[in-house]
Amino acid sequence: MALIEIDNLSVTFTAKGRPVHAVRGVSLAVGERESYGLVGESGSGKSTILRAICGLAPVSGGTIRIGGQPLPEPRGRAFSRQVQMVFQDPYASLHPRHTIDRTLSEPLAIHGIGETDARVVRALEDVGLPASFRFRFPHQLSGGQRQRVAIARALMLEPKILLLDEPTSALDASVQAETLNLLNRLRAERGLTFLMVSHDLAVIDHMCDRILVMQHGQAVEELPREALAAAAMKTAYAQSLFAASADRMLES
Amino acid sequence: MAELAAWLRDPSPKSRLQARLGQGYMGWLRFRRNPLAMIGLLIVMLLLVVAALAPVLAPHDPITQDLRMRLLPPLTEGHILGTDDFGRDILSRLIMGSRITLFIIAMVAVTAPLFGMLVGTVAGYFGGLVDEVLMRLTDIFLAFPKLILALALVAVLGPGMENAVLAIALTSWPPYARVARAETLTVRNSDYIAAVRLQGAGAGRIILGHVMPMCLPSVIIRVTLDMAGVILIAAGLGFLGLGVQPPMPEWGAMISAGRKYLFEQWWVATMPGLAIFIVSLGFNLLGDGLRDVLDPRNSGK
Repeated sequence: MALIEIDNLSVTFTAKGRPVHAVRGVSLAVGERESYGLVGESGSGKSTILRAICGLAPVSGGTIRIGGQPLPEPRGRAFSRQVQMVFQDPYASLHPRHTIDRTLSEPLAIHGIGETDARVVRALEDVGLPASFRFRFPHQLSGGQRQRVAIARALMLEPKILLLDEPTSALDASVQAETLNLLNRLRAERGLTFLMVSHDLAVIDHMCDRILVMQHGQAVEELPREALAAAAMKTAYAQSLFAASADRMLES
Repeated sequence: MAELAAWLRDPSPKSRLQARLGQGYMGWLRFRRNPLAMIGLLIVMLLLVVAALAPVLAPHDPITQDLRMRLLPPLTEGHILGTDDFGRDILSRLIMGSRITLFIIAMVAVTAPLFGMLVGTVAGYFGGLVDEVLMRLTDIFLAFPKLILALALVAVLGPGMENAVLAIALTSWPPYARVARAETLTVRNSDYIAAVRLQGAGAGRIILGHVMPMCLPSVIIRVTLDMAGVILIAAGLGFLGLGVQPPMPEWGAMISAGRKYLFEQWWVATMPGLAIFIVSLGFNLLGDGLRDVLDPRNSGK
């Protein structure tokens, strides 16, 4: 049975009195320990799916199940321990007036988990940051370092599922590779399940076992990684998306 | 000293305390570059010192009357700023009055911004009906001229220092609510709030621990800039006889008492007026300086 099951999901926002259909009837299933990618251009609704899972976007139709259970509304603490998210922009996802220590210990405080000091130090270690960074503020860190803190924060509650919303698109190329390798290593070590969003097929190719190509809020095509590597897409849109980032994929 | 500065500047602090003090030190360095703000700080510090040491500094008893010495001009032997219509030394009264002024400022500065911030952040965070109700309430308070509303409140509660403080606090919270709500609206949809919500944090925790720290700088700036206004309202209430009651040496009441002699014995009203002017100016300059340091849009430089 799949760990994440999304069935015919629709998300509709209201903007200036008119309904905007961000996601229209998308279904997908992600197995345990699988890494699943959502690809598409800006506005294709891929990030919205992640936000809908987290309860940050209004679901207008369909169901989302984690481990066979429909998600409660509001999401609640049990959900927090199962699913965490890494946001796209590491400059916006860390509280500017909290030290790294505060950012990492907050989830522990919320869930009443003890041994704060030991856990925070270990979390920094796990994402490859020196312990001396613990009491720094986000503005004293580089983008890549901030994203590592964000990853550490997402892992503080030891979730099974990590939602990754373009985790590297705000970083430069060399830091991108480091961060992706870190994520791959953590997935292997902890048996995590990834649901990852990206507009960059090179990143997806590096990270994901299966991908879903999206356009205008709808699913276009689902492919296994082998099909991506062999450029064996069936739809024209997926092919054009592949062509746009093919040269960089060959490099890596 | 050099060691302390190095400890404060350490880019990788070893403890929470060091991180916080280090941030404070950086702010202080930025603040120090602004000479006008330093003048403001100096005036406010001076007010604090004078108020703390008032009984020692005052050369005469501020309350004992001596009609033989009434209305002496400034620079008279023993009465540098002259005496008032009851023969009381004006300098002594100003010095003792600084305590009253500081008390009013402190009480208002503690209550009004806290209340306003709570209303503003709650309204901004929850939005919808909560926002509507709280903000319309704020609008009602804002629609009254401050002094008139304070006057009405004091008239109902009865004159006196505590009631004056209460009246001023009740009339000065709405701007803080506005400021805090505006800040809350800019941060409530940010990723770091979404992140902490995703970790299962409740509304109380998010508002107090994550939203309020973002509102605090603008509210603090607003408070220091408003302090001048608070002093003036307190003086105004005193002037109208609704604030601190005689013979207590409140600055506004002193101006009011000197009004009768304004043309012949100008110093009776002018000296407390100057004191109010200087302290108000001090808070304004301090507020401007703090804005440069605390404004989140400038931090990180």
